[in-house]
Amino acid sequence: MQPDSSTALDDKGLDLTELDLKIVSLISIGKHPTSGRARRAEQDGRAVELGMVLAEATGDKQNLTVIHAGDSQLEAQQAALRSYAGMGLGAVRVLQMRDSADAINPLSEYLYKHAPDIILTGVHAESGESSGMVPYLLGEALGWPVVPRIANIVSIKNGVAEILQALPRGQRRALAVRLPFIASVDNAAPAPRQSAFGPASRALMDQKVSQSDVDGVRNAWSELPARKRPKRLKVVKAKTGAARLKAATAKPQGAGGKVMKEQSAAEQAQAIFDLLLEEGVLR
Amino acid sequence: MAFEWLNPLLIATALLLAVVGAVRRVNLWRAGQPESVDFVAGLIAMPGRYLHDLHDIVERDKYMSKTHAATGGGFVLSLLMIILVHLLGINNQVLGWALLASLALMFVGAVFVFKRRLNPPSRLSKGPWMRLPKSLLAFSGAFFILTLPVAGVLPEGAGGALLTIVLSIFIAMGLSEMLLGMTWGGPMKHAFAGALHLAFHRRPERFGGGRSTGLKPVALDQRVLGVQKPEDFKWNQLLGFDACVQCGKCEAVCPAFAAGQPLNPKKLIQDMVVGMAGGSDAQYAGSPYPGKDVGQANGGPLLTMTEGLIDPETLWSCTTCRACVEECPMMIEHVDAIVDMRRFLTMEKGSTPNKGAEVLDNLIATDNPNGHAPTSRMNWAADQNLPLLSDVKETDVVFWVSDGAFDMRSQRILRAFVKLLKAANVDFAVLGDEELDSGDVARRLGDDATFQSLAKRNIATLRQYKFKRIVTTDPHAYHCLRNEYADFADGLFDTIEVLHHTTYLNELVQAGKLKLNSYKGGTVTYHDPCYLGRYNGEYEAPRELLRSLGIKIAEMERSGFRSRCCGGGGGAPITDIPGERRIADMRMDDVQTTGAELIAVGCQQCTAMLEGVVEPRPQVKDIAEILVESLVEPLVQERH
Ligand code: SF4
Ligand code: SF4
Repeated sequence: MQPDSSTALDDKGLDLTELDLKIVSLISIGKHPTSGRARRAEQDGRAVELGMVLAEATGDKQNLTVIHAGDSQLEAQQAALRSYAGMGLGAVRVLQMRDSADAINPLSEYLYKHAPDIILTGVHAESGESSGMVPYLLGEALGWPVVPRIANIVSIKNGVAEILQALPRGQRRALAVRLPFIASVDNAAPAPRQSAFGPASRALMDQKVSQSDVDGVRNAWSELPARKRPKRLKVVKAKTGAARLKAATAKPQGAGGKVMKEQSAAEQAQAIFDLLLEEGVLR
Repeated sequence: MAFEWLNPLLIATALLLAVVGAVRRVNLWRAGQPESVDFVAGLIAMPGRYLHDLHDIVERDKYMSKTHAATGGGFVLSLLMIILVHLLGINNQVLGWALLASLALMFVGAVFVFKRRLNPPSRLSKGPWMRLPKSLLAFSGAFFILTLPVAGVLPEGAGGALLTIVLSIFIAMGLSEMLLGMTWGGPMKHAFAGALHLAFHRRPERFGGGRSTGLKPVALDQRVLGVQKPEDFKWNQLLGFDACVQCGKCEAVCPAFAAGQPLNPKKLIQDMVVGMAGGSDAQYAGSPYPGKDVGQANGGPLLTMTEGLIDPETLWSCTTCRACVEECPMMIEHVDAIVDMRRFLTMEKGSTPNKGAEVLDNLIATDNPNGHAPTSRMNWAADQNLPLLSDVKETDVVFWVSDGAFDMRSQRILRAFVKLLKAANVDFAVLGDEELDSGDVARRLGDDATFQSLAKRNIATLRQYKFKRIVTTDPHAYHCLRNEYADFADGLFDTIEVLHHTTYLNELVQAGKLKLNSYKGGTVTYHDPCYLGRYNGEYEAPRELLRSLGIKIAEMERSGFRSRCCGGGGGAPITDIPGERRIADMRMDDVQTTGAELIAVGCQQCTAMLEGVVEPRPQVKDIAEILVESLVEPLVQERH
């Protein structure tokens, strides 16, 4: 197991001063779980936090652009967007579109035009479809790799970022990813800094009108609060405390599957390809 | 006499330099923000404020009040006559005798100052303050001898040149302390700034026995929210800092200081002076912030105070208990200054420590500090059948439930109070889910934006209904509703009375609406909650209630206006700045010395803090709970 390196940035004092790094964090309107009110979304807040840390490490906070595609005219939404700005952003760029429209087109057009190096998003939104598809659809549109559920970006050297990906039970996987890429930020990433009222209320809502299509599919749906699913009880037949602890902390043993470490990259790719064919993902 | 030109010259020079210093000092204060003050009325009221308000506080220490009256009074009288006699040369025997008398008075006072300084308590500052009694003696002694010929006791020119020179040295010494020191930053500065502070105080309502404890609202469209640099204070706040006499009365009562947290209200005020005048705190000769060395802090009028002058931890240690303000003879407002700087930290820097940010986020998103569903506010009363204002529209008494609704221990207090209300047949109703957090914690944590939002929405809700009184079991909500909402309520509270439940229950008991058996337990003591006592002046009702149960209260040494905080106010449990002891433990030690088996309390926060002390310890109960146990329940209660 790798050590948790969520504090690695502070320890090493990540220094990117030589880099001309353009970072974009995408934000959405969150929804508070008990009150249902609009708020700063937890994961998107982390995407902004990580973006801010990277931009601060380059020595120029302007290297981070925070973008929201949606309708910033509505009061509650405006307040939520401002609560991101309260983290110390001078401005939030809003790709202004109707609330019912699909955000993918305006976003991918904008991102294609401005060509940042890193795009950070949450894993999935707290309201609406909450499908978690935005990073993938953007990745497809831009032709960029997508790194899901990252916990931190440890370093960036020679156009390659060293990333810690969050795995269940506090485990991390170290990845090396060439820029540019899209990453979704997991709850395991450092929590977003406090939002302060003064900077929030003074931040610029930099609106750009954008063309977008009405999301016909989604508008046909009606939204209901999610029901809690019953939890499957896990019966642990352990005799000793140590065994119980082991059962509680063990990795789920996936049936089947195999670990391919020794084989060549081509063989590994072939194995994945075969599996995807077998599962009917690729046709 | 030889050198007869010397002394008038010394006096004239000293007076002139004092005036120059005064102008410079006034300009330091004027760097602050504008605040409108009735200058004429203030100046006229000043002597009265000195003789009554200030002296009433000094009077708590009899030794010092007599000493100060003799020294200060003697000095002011002497100075006036010295100008007449020794500067203008009026050679009148009666005047001479009068001057001798007032100098003698001052000298006697100075002797007592000297005695106090032989073995000074730790709260007093040393350094230049140790020099002060000698300067007082030199001043009064030298002028006494110099005045003898005027009174005709000694012939003109007696003693010769040598004596004159020696006298002149003492006179120069005394004058520079008393006149130059007054306006150039010596210990006597307190007299000059203090007099003006009394005249131009930011809370003139405090004089004449009044009370002014509500925090002042922040204009949310300002360039900077809260106080970042000394010049962001109002000018009369800066003046107030300069009035400090470094008596350390505030230090001696500060619970955070006693707990070894890095806060000392006296040092804090001195640091404000350093910030205002520029420089370092190396000259400071009093107790430090516990755990922090003196001499590291630097400041200036245009520098951010929390970067180099004051550690944010110092500001977050304060429980806003107001004990310091209550004890300060110069009527300095420590809590205002502390919250002003917290406002900057929270609303501009976003650096509320520990759980602060989380609590504020919850208040914004759910209107309660713990993020509970806003629709679950009435869950505690599922079995109580309480009338809702949204149904009845009109009632006598609105029971303000407060966030105690979400806490199981506090719910016991709420239930007890409801039972009493029902037993007394009170026509009351609650707001239910329409009630929001009062904003107390948000405001003390420096988030005035959230406070104002909560306050305005609560006021809008209250405005929809007809009622005469609001009663609450939570002194913090009580303080907000009674003293702080009026700034946003457009006269709504002119016709509404806000009461703490102990006040209201006492009214019911005295009117015979509640029948009570006498109390059968052991010794009882009473803990005054800061927000009920010092903030609202209610010391009597809770005691009268206990007495009406036949309880003889075993008072703690620190009770009434001197009550020691439980450690739960001002968001202190949320920011949780480490110290050497816990404030609640120290309060429990106070309780233990009375031998009480039960602590009567009038606040859910105090209850939580005191019950957090490890057992064995006395029981903690809210007065409502104690009353319910003694309640004689009406046999048949047929009401519709
Ligand atoms: S602030 Fe007030 S109580 Fe504290 S040392 Fe100064 S004058 Fe005394
Ligand atoms: S209000 Fe209380 S805790 Fe704060 S400085 Fe004054 S005495 Fe200390």
